[in-house]
Amino acid sequence: MFGLDSKDSKLLLIVAVLALAAPFILNPFPAGSELAQFNAGYPDLMQRFVIFGIFAIGFNILFGLTGYLSFGHAAFLGVGSYSAVWMFKLLSMNVIPAIILSVIVAGLFSLLIGYVSLRRSGIYFSILTLAFAQMSFNLAYSVLTPITNGETGLQLTLDDPRVLGQTATADGSIPVTNLFGLEMRSTYELVLGAWNFQFNAGYYLSAVIMLASFYMAIRIFRSPFGLMLRAVKTNQTRLNYTGMNSRPYTLAAFVVSGMYAGLAGGLMASMDPLAGAERMQWTASGEVVLMTILGGAGTLLGPVLGAGFIKYFENIFSKINDNVLHGWFAFLPDGMEDLLVTIVHPFVGKGWHLTLGLLFMMVVIFLPGGLIEGGQRLGKLLRRKSAKQDDEDANKSASTAAE
Amino acid sequence: MDAILLQTLNGLDKGSAYALIALGLTLIFGTLGVVNFAHGALFMIGAFCAVTLSRIFSWSYTVIDETKTDFLGNPLKVDVPYVQAWFGDEMGAAIIDWSVPLAIIFAIPIMIFIGYAMERGLIKHFYKRPHADQILVTFGLAIVLQEVVKYYFGANPIPTPAPDAFKGSFDFGAFLGMEPNAIIYPYWRMVYFMFAGIIIAGVFAFLQFTTFGMVVRAGMADRETVGLLGINIDRRFTIMFGIAAAVAGLAGVMYTPINSPNYHMGMDFLVLSFVVVVVGGMGSLPGAVLAGFMLGILESFASMNAIKSLIPGIDQIIIYLVAIVILLTRPRGLMGRKGVMED
Repeated sequence: MFGLDSKDSKLLLIVAVLALAAPFILNPFPAGSELAQFNAGYPDLMQRFVIFGIFAIGFNILFGLTGYLSFGHAAFLGVGSYSAVWMFKLLSMNVIPAIILSVIVAGLFSLLIGYVSLRRSGIYFSILTLAFAQMSFNLAYSVLTPITNGETGLQLTLDDPRVLGQTATADGSIPVTNLFGLEMRSTYELVLGAWNFQFNAGYYLSAVIMLASFYMAIRIFRSPFGLMLRAVKTNQTRLNYTGMNSRPYTLAAFVVSGMYAGLAGGLMASMDPLAGAERMQWTASGEVVLMTILGGAGTLLGPVLGAGFIKYFENIFSKINDNVLHGWFAFLPDGMEDLLVTIVHPFVGKGWHLTLGLLFMMVVIFLPGGLIEGGQRLGKLLRRKSAKQDDEDANKSASTAAE
Repeated sequence: MDAILLQTLNGLDKGSAYALIALGLTLIFGTLGVVNFAHGALFMIGAFCAVTLSRIFSWSYTVIDETKTDFLGNPLKVDVPYVQAWFGDEMGAAIIDWSVPLAIIFAIPIMIFIGYAMERGLIKHFYKRPHADQILVTFGLAIVLQEVVKYYFGANPIPTPAPDAFKGSFDFGAFLGMEPNAIIYPYWRMVYFMFAGIIIAGVFAFLQFTTFGMVVRAGMADRETVGLLGINIDRRFTIMFGIAAAVAGLAGVMYTPINSPNYHMGMDFLVLSFVVVVVGGMGSLPGAVLAGFMLGILESFASMNAIKSLIPGIDQIIIYLVAIVILLTRPRGLMGRKGVMED
């Protein structure tokens, strides 16, 4: 299918089904029930899943394939967001030109940074990208205020020109982002019994774009270009000795992943038309590193999985407070209940980052391949067990037959 | 002239902090070959040692002072810190006042212990893993340490004042024979600069003039050979990790009066210290110190109004700009050695 072999088509199909049916899958508990807080099937969160999925897929093309660890990818996301919002301010509220512009601007920006940073590798590369990202962040906060609106963040106002669109709607409010008239925030609600499923236009646009970028990523992974990038990761010196100049390849990978980040930034601004400098801060760059590693760097599915995992648990964990905990442990005797709540308390609610840090350390220490590797190991373990069972059964039947 | 002198002085205290953190980073990198992203967190923990000690000193019990009354006419309740009860009023007040300098004594064993535990418990297992893994696991550790501190101390900065004796400023201009008040420099910043000088000199002297330091230097040059000579170099490197942690911690302790500590101060300094290390040259101790002071002074020059009006925003990016230029023109940094972290 689309020039993919059967295994990859299957992977793409699975991701497509999961993404398109997400409003059902992520909403397994009836509304109003006690477990409803674990539902993730509302537009805002689902949009974050796929947008950060795109960001992580792009980051993985650089880090997973070439092994260059960039600590400044959030800068491209921020630049993408800014350019999308400017497009909304100047041209029209249609998301297509905004997204195209954000990809182009992020691509040019990453070409510039990549050209300089890729002259060095290893830790120097990480620090150079970090330096560039921090520089952009500081500039966005201070001198570039006319473009970025500084600390307040860039927002739409009622007196923006919007050449192709309208400055303000008939009732005098700021128009909303749309795709040829289809409003991004419009949501169709389907009520089935106790369940309440929400289908959001913005989510589906992001999901379709995510699928397209996932497909692109598969093609890059399987292409000769992708092989070249893997060769860079495995042994760059040897590659140089064979007469290959690896820099154009790494630069191309850097620009592609920068464009992915810009795409994510543009989509983020399309869903919610504002952009702030904090999107470029290095903690934001760290977050995408976490997602990619947690899911499994260098695998196709890993980054998407990691992005979804982190965003889901961020959302769920921050909602859990002491009352919820008391509810969970209510079946225990009082003393035990209080003790358990006290133990768990630092890790939930506002302490989500603590859990994330610990989880991340555990993954780096014990599972360098991320969740994907964990799944594979588990699968292998189960298969070996069942194979052993089969062997034993066969032996038994053989010995009974011999008798 | 006096403006230049003033900016140089202003740059010195920030430069001292950069130099101290970068020195610790380089010690760890030069000995163990590990890129420690949690070093900023150690700086932050040092600062919170000072906060903890000043809190311990102000533990107090309540007595009812019958001679005074509050505005409702009830007998006034007075909090008396335990240290005042034990050491007498004057001595107790002095101890509370001097809690930041006293925290140095308190912080050294704690920081050495934390460094030791970190190396033995975690980083030891990462020597054979790629640098990217080392960066990632120490980055995770930094998040964890930061969040733990946030949990116990809250997210707001905690003001921790310097002793009264060091409050106020020194009129440097009058001292040099210029007109008074031309150059004013807070006492505590001067103390910080001198303190940093002492620590840096101490570390260098320790490495240069003791047998232990000699062995460590030999190990930095060629670890395997030193090991073959029957010297337990790993143990010495672990101790060096502890010392590096203590240097970062002390830098943090003394920095608390300059900037009220909050849980993410370490991260802010870490990024800059890494830049400092890279500019100075990976693995070069003099390079780290030199680059620390140089970048600190450059940063304060760039924030002069005359320069800011010439190139707007330069004060925000000067350090990164210098780092980029240096990395591209002198890939090993100012004083980097050949063969250290070439890729």
